[in-house]
Amino acid sequence: MSTISELLIIAIGSAFVSNVVLSQFYGLCPFLGVSKQLKTAGGMGVAVIFVITLASLVSSLIYGFLLKPFELEYLKTIVFILVIAALVQFVEMFLKKYIPALYESLGVYLPLITTNCAVLGTALTNVQEEYNILYSLVNGFATAAGFAISICILAGIREKMRYNNIPKPFQGMPIVLVTAGLMAIAFCGFSGLL
Amino acid sequence: MNETNKTNPFINGLIKENPTFVLMLGMCPTLAVTTSAINGLGMGLTTTVVLTLSNIIISALRNVIPDKVRIPAFIVIIASFVTIVGQFLEAYLPALNSALGMFIPLIVVNCIILGRAEAFASKNKVFASALDGLGMGLGFTVALTLIGCVREILGSFSVFGISFKAPLEAAGLSPIAIFVMAPGAFFVLAAIIAVMSVIRDKQIKAGKETKIRACNKDCASCGDDGCVHRFYDENGADTAVGKKEGVQ
Repeated sequence: MSTISELLIIAIGSAFVSNVVLSQFYGLCPFLGVSKQLKTAGGMGVAVIFVITLASLVSSLIYGFLLKPFELEYLKTIVFILVIAALVQFVEMFLKKYIPALYESLGVYLPLITTNCAVLGTALTNVQEEYNILYSLVNGFATAAGFAISICILAGIREKMRYNNIPKPFQGMPIVLVTAGLMAIAFCGFSGLL
Repeated sequence: MNETNKTNPFINGLIKENPTFVLMLGMCPTLAVTTSAINGLGMGLTTTVVLTLSNIIISALRNVIPDKVRIPAFIVIIASFVTIVGQFLEAYLPALNSALGMFIPLIVVNCIILGRAEAFASKNKVFASALDGLGMGLGFTVALTLIGCVREILGSFSVFGISFKAPLEAAGLSPIAIFVMAPGAFFVLAAIIAVMSVIRDKQIKAGKETKIRACNKDCASCGDDGCVHRFYDENGADTAVGKKEGVQ
């Protein structure tokens, strides 16, 4: 019971309270870049959930069974980024061969995710917080779900904003940043939740 | 991009192609660590060191690294330097290290570094690449310090840790705490970019500046079509994203 409630606290904490984009600032590039349309934002969100969950699992296995026993913890940045790059390539190849329908919808986003700092950030957070494999998996999934939620909200707002009359200096990136700032204020409301 | 780079890569990175305000690269550390001017400066200088060193090594090895595995090779070189610099900070500047926290290892995935490796260092001579890294890094540092200053002044009434809170509070003013919290980062960056776009518009009207260099196809532009699309161009997936996103 206590494990389940702890997992629930981790999940809600990662998805809402300390939202990966709006309060941790991981993965801002795709958040700002791939949020023009709700459809593409949704695709990106799903791809990120997929990759971060897998990367959390694999990196936590490697850290627990390879780096820690051999006292190579200081190599974690190098090892994790290589693992993530390889994993993304592997997932892409696997989907292309076995689940072409899913590849059609996710494939284009996968290469973009390697340098999404949310992936490496989550892997490193798992290690820093000393989560075990199950906790890492849940934390990874919840973090990525938080990313998907916020990118979809931003894309929805941006789609509506296209019809608005925005002052010239604020057109383009500034208004998107202001929108993200307002969303961040809204997400501050979750901070009393836990 | 090439002709300006040949003339002076250093000045180019500092002003004309400022990685933060013009190219919109490396947004994550830009917004996350700039709660104070010192943190912004520290992050900027750390990134500059990594960027310059990795540019030098990548440029020196540019004829040795096979084209097909260049991205993993670049990432390993960058990650090695990040690890070295991280260990150095942990040993000698522990306060800065804990303030920057996770964003030191995350320098690995900063698009500026991989972007410069791909767009400049892998095609140019060692000395020019070093200058390019230094210029881009200092441009990044200036931007981060500026954002950090604005946030620190408005959010905690101090600059570089020197507080001027007492006289202002005596006059009945209190700091706007939201500027040192997450939302403030977005607002400050938005305001600075808006101001810069007004200035640039005026310069274009006055005929001083000919063209805005943002969002060119050479350097992956975070702001408009995702960070890394050009790094994966051999499989064509990137261009698909670009098209779907409706890049102008």
